[in-house]
Amino acid sequence: MKKFVKVIALVLCFALIAAFAACGGNKDNDSNKATNAANPTNAQTSGESFKLGLIGPLTGGAAIYGNAAKYGAQIAVDEINAKGGIQFDYKAEDDEHDPEKSVNAYNTLCDWGMQILVGPITTKPAVAVSAEAATDRVFCLTPSASSTDVINDKDNMFQVCFTDPNQGTASADYIAENFAGKSVAVIYKNDDAYSQGIRDTFVAEAGKKGVTIAYEASFTDATATDFSVQVTAAKAANAEIVFLPMYYEPASIILKQAKDIDYAPIFFGVDGMDGILGMEGFDKSLAEGVMLLTPFSADDPKAADFVAAYQAAYGEIPNQFAADGYDAVYIIYEALQAAGCTADMSAADICEKLVAVMPTLTVNGLTGEGMTWDASGAVSKAPMAVVIKEGAYVTP
Amino acid sequence: MEFLSYLISGLSLGSVYAIIALGYTMVYGIAKMLNFAHGDVIMVGGYISYIAVTRAGLPGWLSVIVAMAVCTVLGVIIEGLAYRPLRSATSLAVLITAIGVSYFLQNAALLIWGANFKTYPSLISGTLKLFDNKLSIPYVAMLTIVVCILIMVGLTLFTSKTKMGKAMRACSEDKGAAQLMGINVNKTISVTFAIGSALAAIAGVLLCSSFPTLKPTTGSMPGIKAFTAAVFGGIGSIPGAFLGGLLLGIIESFAKAYISTQLANTIVFAVLIVVLLVRPAGLLGKYVPEKV
Repeated sequence: MKKFVKVIALVLCFALIAAFAACGGNKDNDSNKATNAANPTNAQTSGESFKLGLIGPLTGGAAIYGNAAKYGAQIAVDEINAKGGIQFDYKAEDDEHDPEKSVNAYNTLCDWGMQILVGPITTKPAVAVSAEAATDRVFCLTPSASSTDVINDKDNMFQVCFTDPNQGTASADYIAENFAGKSVAVIYKNDDAYSQGIRDTFVAEAGKKGVTIAYEASFTDATATDFSVQVTAAKAANAEIVFLPMYYEPASIILKQAKDIDYAPIFFGVDGMDGILGMEGFDKSLAEGVMLLTPFSADDPKAADFVAAYQAAYGEIPNQFAADGYDAVYIIYEALQAAGCTADMSAADICEKLVAVMPTLTVNGLTGEGMTWDASGAVSKAPMAVVIKEGAYVTP
Repeated sequence: MEFLSYLISGLSLGSVYAIIALGYTMVYGIAKMLNFAHGDVIMVGGYISYIAVTRAGLPGWLSVIVAMAVCTVLGVIIEGLAYRPLRSATSLAVLITAIGVSYFLQNAALLIWGANFKTYPSLISGTLKLFDNKLSIPYVAMLTIVVCILIMVGLTLFTSKTKMGKAMRACSEDKGAAQLMGINVNKTISVTFAIGSALAAIAGVLLCSSFPTLKPTTGSMPGIKAFTAAVFGGIGSIPGAFLGGLLLGIIESFAKAYISTQLANTIVFAVLIVVLLVRPAGLLGKYVPEKV
């Protein structure tokens, strides 16, 4: 037994040494990056194709978003490269939805010689990376990081998706128009900036439009296991619509617990709800009739080619994040053409030209017709509501 | 009628806390250590049962037995590798080791099963409808409450009537003296861990049946709440853990329903502080003066 313990201890020591060695590796990255930042023209450009990087959660809890965007962007890159003209060299790095790992991924891509960044996909990493990219002068277009914190005070950061405040306002407008006179319950996560942000603008807009909010409840990470009280109270308040500005994981529990007590209101989600159908083991019948505001629906005729290509390559129906990733690459393509950039320019030069050209651009994409941007980096486009029927999105 | 619904949600949540708290309190009462990895054994139990149902196609009740077997073995291994070598070390060293084991289990689960959420297929679905459908009680909530009571009664009988139970109580009073009386202390503690971990597996299955998402950190928050419940009821006392768990669940549920969903946890812990101020040993705990 003693000997065995000693062997284990020895193995653990080696593991520790290996771990330190790995940390050392990261430090190297940091110093490399520092030289790159000081001397951005040093980054190796091939001169023939633009080096396009993508950062997103490819593993971990938010992987469903990161992989969708990565695959969507890949399809766009393949299509553009097949056309001739502007060529892209494309590489995706994983950040596990962690701000620190995201900055590491950004540094890795800078070492690779990235000229334009698509991403980061999720909000917290995007806030962290955008601060770095703003000082390094790398142009960033995030497909789906929706907080205003991502673009605030950074002229080189643009979004394909709506900002959080826009989602709340748009949801309230949609409910006011299509479900006039119905009372609404709101359940949100008050320790999460995304959820809280959407809830705040939703409640403000609902007040203006005369939508009655019959019940409002919150939860935090610590109370995210049980929602039976909130659901029962919403039922008692006779709410006919339950607005859920949150990610799909807590939403899946709410749907189940509502069914347990025979409560069947219209559940209304935002883009965080996108992905619920892809959850392993999820009973899709629970999501029947759930509405969500998303800029993309896979049964939209103009998306047919993209959906077919995506299904052929990855075996699933693309979600909104895949379409955001696809659009992001096309927006960059259009912007590069409009600005007359060439692949041998440095990241900083490309950044200045693209920042200047973005507010003048109008792009028709899968996630919106006639998308335009203001100088802050926020997009303007019309949202679309979809409803889940038999495990797929359909337009109501 | 809502009042009854809230009470039932509270009881069902509380029973899950109580089953977990029973595991905490057993180990604390006998080995005098806080096994912070208990919450993560629950998570392992949930995953094993999930794998048994979805991958191996076993029926639900069999998956519980498989999960109990795996968790029992896991509990005994953890005790043998991580805690036994520290039997004579300070309690702080054991506590830190337990936290280490907890992280180890979470990250091992992350490696093995990935971080994507899994939806646990509920063992029993359906609800009982009463009073013209005004009151609905999920069957799983009733099962949780019944199982919790059975376990509490079973454990009380086990510790008070059987020979092993007597050995456990002896170890709890004084390990040295117990050893002199011919009790195998190491074996007794191993058995305690085996029982605690088997309970954790049941708790895992019931937790995931009521609140059906499974991820590597599934066990940590309920684990902390259950630890609170064990302290609330008097750590080391089996009926205390039961009472503490139920009360915690009911207070949490009523606080959410009638006061504020934002303040639910604050209220739960405020009640805990008040109870500990008035009764430092918890509701049913025995206050043992220490000789200096």
